[in-house]
Amino acid sequence: MKASWVAEQKTVESSLVSGAELFIQGLQNENVDVVFGYPGGAVLPIYDALYKAEMKHVLTRHEQGAIHAAQGYARVTGNPGVVLATSGPGATNLVTGIADAMIDSIPLVIFTGQVATKVIGTDAFQEADIVGITMPITKHNYQVQKAEDLPRIMKEAFHIANTGRKGPVLIDIPKDIAVNNAPLKEVSDIHLPGYQPTLKPNILQVKRLNEALQMAKKPVLLTGAGVLAAKAEEELLAFAEYYQIPVAQTLLGLGGFPADHPLCYGMAGMHGTYAANMALYDCDLLIGVGARFDDRLTGNLEHFAKKAVVAHIDIDPAEIGKNVPTEIPIVGCAKETLKALNQTCGEKGNSSEWVIQLSKYRSELPLTYKSNDKELKPQKLMEILHEVTKGAAIVSTDVGQHQMWAAQYYTFSTSNRWITSGGLGTMGFGFPAAIGAKVGRPDLPVVAVVGDGGFQMTLQELGVLQDWELPVIVVIVNNKSLGMVRQWQEIFYEKRYSHSLLDIQPDFVKLAAAYGIEGKRAENEDEVREALEAALSSKKPFVLDCAVSADENVYPMIAPGKGLHEMIGVRG
Amino acid sequence: MRRIISATVLNESGVLNRLTGLLTKRQFNIENITVGHTEDPAVSKVTLTVWVEDDRKAEQLVKQLHKQINILKVRDLTNMALVSRELALIKVLTTPDTRSEIKMLIEPFRATVLDVSLENVTLEVTGDSEKVDALIELLRPYGIKEISRTGITAIPRGTQKKVLELHPYSIM
Ligand SMILES: Cc1ncc(C[n+]2csc(CCOP(=O)(O)OP(=O)(O)O)c2C)c(N)n1
Ligand SMILES: [Mg+2]
Repeated sequence: MKASWVAEQKTVESSLVSGAELFIQGLQNENVDVVFGYPGGAVLPIYDALYKAEMKHVLTRHEQGAIHAAQGYARVTGNPGVVLATSGPGATNLVTGIADAMIDSIPLVIFTGQVATKVIGTDAFQEADIVGITMPITKHNYQVQKAEDLPRIMKEAFHIANTGRKGPVLIDIPKDIAVNNAPLKEVSDIHLPGYQPTLKPNILQVKRLNEALQMAKKPVLLTGAGVLAAKAEEELLAFAEYYQIPVAQTLLGLGGFPADHPLCYGMAGMHGTYAANMALYDCDLLIGVGARFDDRLTGNLEHFAKKAVVAHIDIDPAEIGKNVPTEIPIVGCAKETLKALNQTCGEKGNSSEWVIQLSKYRSELPLTYKSNDKELKPQKLMEILHEVTKGAAIVSTDVGQHQMWAAQYYTFSTSNRWITSGGLGTMGFGFPAAIGAKVGRPDLPVVAVVGDGGFQMTLQELGVLQDWELPVIVVIVNNKSLGMVRQWQEIFYEKRYSHSLLDIQPDFVKLAAAYGIEGKRAENEDEVREALEAALSSKKPFVLDCAVSADENVYPMIAPGKGLHEMIGVRG
Repeated sequence: MRRIISATVLNESGVLNRLTGLLTKRQFNIENITVGHTEDPAVSKVTLTVWVEDDRKAEQLVKQLHKQINILKVRDLTNMALVSRELALIKVLTTPDTRSEIKMLIEPFRATVLDVSLENVTLEVTGDSEKVDALIELLRPYGIKEISRTGITAIPRGTQKKVLELHPYSIM
C-alpha cells in the first residue's frame, strides 16, 4: 500500500518532458554510448534532442551502413548496437541489416521514425508499415502509441535484444509521440510473462551427457556463436581439456576456442578443414554448443553425424531437434551449462586414439593452396595479414571467396575479433561492420577484408572514415570478379560465367583519394606486407587494393547435396 | 497429421500477425484458426488446426510459437482428452415439400433453425467437426447455398489419462 503511494508521488512530482527527451533518457539508462543513424523528417524531433544532449552519433552515408556498423559494434563489445532512421525509405533501408542480425543473433535496438499517429494508415508521405515488414525478421517489435509508454518499451527492448537468444528489436516512433509530453518517471521492473529464457540447464540432461561422455570413444564439440554470446570461452576450454574432446567450429564460432590449441581442428562445413569435417562425420558423440546445425555446416543431413549420439546445448529450445534428431537436449546458456558440466568432473572416456587420428588428418591434410611466384594468392594475402597484425586484429569480412579465405587462414586465438555475415551472407556487410567495430574497440587494429564486388555495395561509408579519421584498414581482395559466383559457375555450370566477371572497375586508390584517404595497389607479397605495415603504424584510414589471382577457388569444398565426408579439393 | 494447438496470447495489436506470419514463414498450413477473449481481458486464446508431416514438425511449431514474446503459453492438444466444438451456419435451399423433411433430418444433430424464407432456411449447428461435416453431407442433396464455419475451439478435459509420454526430442 505504502509503496504504491510513494510510486504515485514520484510521478506526480516529476516534470513533463517530450517523447524525444524520454528517448534520450532511455538511452542513457541503458548506458548507450553511441547511436548509428541517418536523419529525416519523421525523426527531426529526436535528432533535435540528440543535438541538445550531445549524444555521440555516427552519421553513415546510407541506413544500411548504419545498421551493419551497429552490428559490428555489437559483435565486438557485447552490447546492443543502437540504430536510428527515419520513416519510410529510411526504415526500409534497414531491412537487410535487420534480417542479418536476426539470423546471426546479433543484439540491436533499432528506432525508426513513423508518420504521426493520426495519419498512420492513410499512405501519408514517407509512410511504410515497418512493424509489419520487420515482423518476421525481428525478435520483437513495437510501435509506440503513447509517449508515456516509451520508457517501458525501451527498457523491455534492450532486455529482449541482449538476453536469451540475442537479436534485433525494433521500436517505431510516430512523430507526434516524439513531440508529446509525458512524465519523466523511472521504469519499475520489466514484466514480460511471455519471455523467460532458460539459462540453467536441466540437471538430469547434464547427467545424461556426463554418462555419454564416459562411453564415448570419439567425442567431438561443435561450437558456435552461442559460446561467444554467453562469454563461455573459459568454460569451453576447461570442458574440452578435461574430457579431451576435439573441437570443430562453425563460421560464426571462430575465436570461441583458440585456433592454436592442440584440440582445435578448425572450421567445419562447406569450406571447412578435412579434420573438422571428418570429426563430425565419424564421431560417436556430438556435442553442439550454441550452434544451429545450419545446412552449410552439416552438408547433406543423411550423412551428418550418423554414428553419433547427439547432444545439443542451446539457449533457444526451438533450435534443438530442428535439423538434427537429438538424444540429449539441453536448453540453457552455454556458460551455465558448461559450468554445470565442469562441476560434475565426471568419469572420463578414452578419446586418445581418436585425438591421434584427427591430429593425423590435421597434419597430413591441412588447408592448402598452390602458390607460384607470378601471382599474389589470396590465401597468402590472409597469411601476410595475420603475420603483420600478429593475429590480433579485429577482422570484419564481406561475403564471398575472400570471406572463406579469411576464415580459413586468419586464425584467431582470441574471441570477439571476428565479424562476418554468416546466416544471411550479406554482401556489403563487411566494411560498415568494421567501422562499427572500430567505434566500439578503438584500442584494436581493425581490418575490413572485402571483395571487389561487395565493397562496391557500401563503399560510400568511406565518408565515415574520412569524417571520424577512423583508422580502419580496408583490404580489397580484388579478383576482378564476383568470385564465389564465378567458382560455382566454373564447377557446376561448365564455366558459363554469366554476369560474374567484373573487368570494369573503379580505380579504388583514386576513389579513396577522393575521400581524402590514402590508398595503394599491391600486386605482390612484398607490396602487401609493406603497405600493411605502413597502414598499421600510420593510425589512419587506409585502402589497400590487392590484385590477387582471378581464377583461384576456395577448397576444400562440399558440393550441395553431398555429405561432410565428400569434400573435393582437399589437396588444394 | 492434423494438430490442434492452443496458444494463450497477450491481447495486443500485431500478435495475430506475428503468429500467422510465423506459420507462413515455416510453411505450416493453417486449416482453421479461432480467436477470442479469455477470463482475463488482457489475454486472448487462439486455437489452431494445422496439418504437419510428423511429430518433429509439430514440436517445431510449438517451440517457434512459444518463442514469441507476446505468446504466453502454447499447448499441443492433439493427444489430450479434450472437448472441441465448432459452430456452423448453413443456408439450405428449400421447397414447400422439403422444409419439414429438413426439420426432421436436423433433429438428431440438435441443429436449430435461425431464419426462414420462401426459398431457404438457415441452420445453426454446434459440435465437433465430424458432426458438422456429417450434417453438411446430409443436407448437400437439397442444395447448400452458403456455409459459414467458425473453426474449432477446444479445451482439455478436467481429467486426463495418465500416460507416460517419452518424447524423443521433447524438452518442454
Ligand atoms: C547482397 C547480396 N547479393 C548477392 C549475393 C550473392 N553472392 C554471394 S558471393 C558473391 C560474389 C561476391 O563477390 P566479391 O565481393 O568480389 O567477393 P569474392 O567472392 O570475389 O571474394 C555474390 C554475388 C550476396 N551474397 N549478397
Ligand atoms: Mg571478387
